Amino acid sequence: MTVNWNRQNYRGEIPEEHPAVLALRRDKASAVLEVGTSCGEVWAVVPPEEAVAALTLLRDDPALQFDFLSDLTAVHWPHRAGAEFEVVYQLYSISHHHRFRVKVRLAEGKSTPTATGVWATADWLEREVFDMFGIVFEGHPDPRRIINPEGFEGYPLRKEFPLEGRVRW
Amino acid sequence: MKKKPTSIYKGPGPKEANVFLTSASAIMNWSQRSSLWPLTFGLACCAIEMISAAAARYDMARFGWEVFRASPRQADLMIVAGTVTNKMAPVVKKLYDQMAEPKWVIAMGSCATCGGVFQTYSVVPGVHNIVPVDVYIPGCPPRPEALIHGIMTLQMKIDSQVNFAAKPRKIEPGYRGPGRRVTV
Repeated sequence: MTVNWNRQNYRGEIPEEHPAVLALRRDKASAVLEVGTSCGEVWAVVPPEEAVAALTLLRDDPALQFDFLSDLTAVHWPHRAGAEFEVVYQLYSISHHHRFRVKVRLAEGKSTPTATGVWATADWLEREVFDMFGIVFEGHPDPRRIINPEGFEGYPLRKEFPLEGRVRW
Repeated sequence: MKKKPTSIYKGPGPKEANVFLTSASAIMNWSQRSSLWPLTFGLACCAIEMISAAAARYDMARFGWEVFRASPRQADLMIVAGTVTNKMAPVVKKLYDQMAEPKWVIAMGSCATCGGVFQTYSVVPGVHNIVPVDVYIPGCPPRPEALIHGIMTLQMKIDSQVNFAAKPRKIEPGYRGPGRRVTV
């Protein structure tokens, strides 16, 4: 069964009518804080404590089947007080060929539960987010840096980090 | 009438023995510059040009530089071809330290020369910050002709060295500054 939501069921004007948002709203365990459209694709913000339940629902729902975590990244918004960081889950369904975006907003110093139990590929992606932003994922099996060398100080993709680093050559 | 010998040399004549007279320094420089064995050291896109310089069209083997070695113990020329990141820098330094003297370094391309376009926290701004560089080759990436010109410039530098009179070049452990800079 191949359903192209953007062409048949969902036209992109009203993000509340996206089937993934409807499925998340149906579920009692997860609360959708905010929805929106960006570049023709719908995103939804969920609270950190509901993130794993929401992602598991999106993966297991037979009409959605987001079986592939395409990317996991983060954005630093230093001027948003109380929600400086935004962890973004880019989801893709190989069987249905549709995409969805889930965001989790975090204050600085706050952590979010790991998604390694939902998709195994979240392991290295969360290590990268920790390496670049310093966001801690609770329950991660191997919480180490992955890209920067050992002993590196600071988190380079934060806005306050200097472009050329803190090392003087 | 027997011809009187003009030399104290009692062996066969010059025609048979092929005797040449030269200085020890000149023959050492000649032997060192004529068989430079580069270390296979491709870090980024410059390596493609280095491969091209070694392959059939440009054929570095014509000049005696053909043996790219995969081991630093057998190499005496390090062509740093590409971007050196902070994570790679200890490896570059270790490979340079493992090479036997005499040894030379060519910084090939903008990245190895000054960091290139990567003015970031993760890239070494010039490989001279970790190893002494003999020849810098500009370009992004340099063409194979530029690499060949760079090695010929290094040959000129090797030819100008004095082996027995001068103090040997000593590299301090915490070497920071650039070496004798030769720009092609």
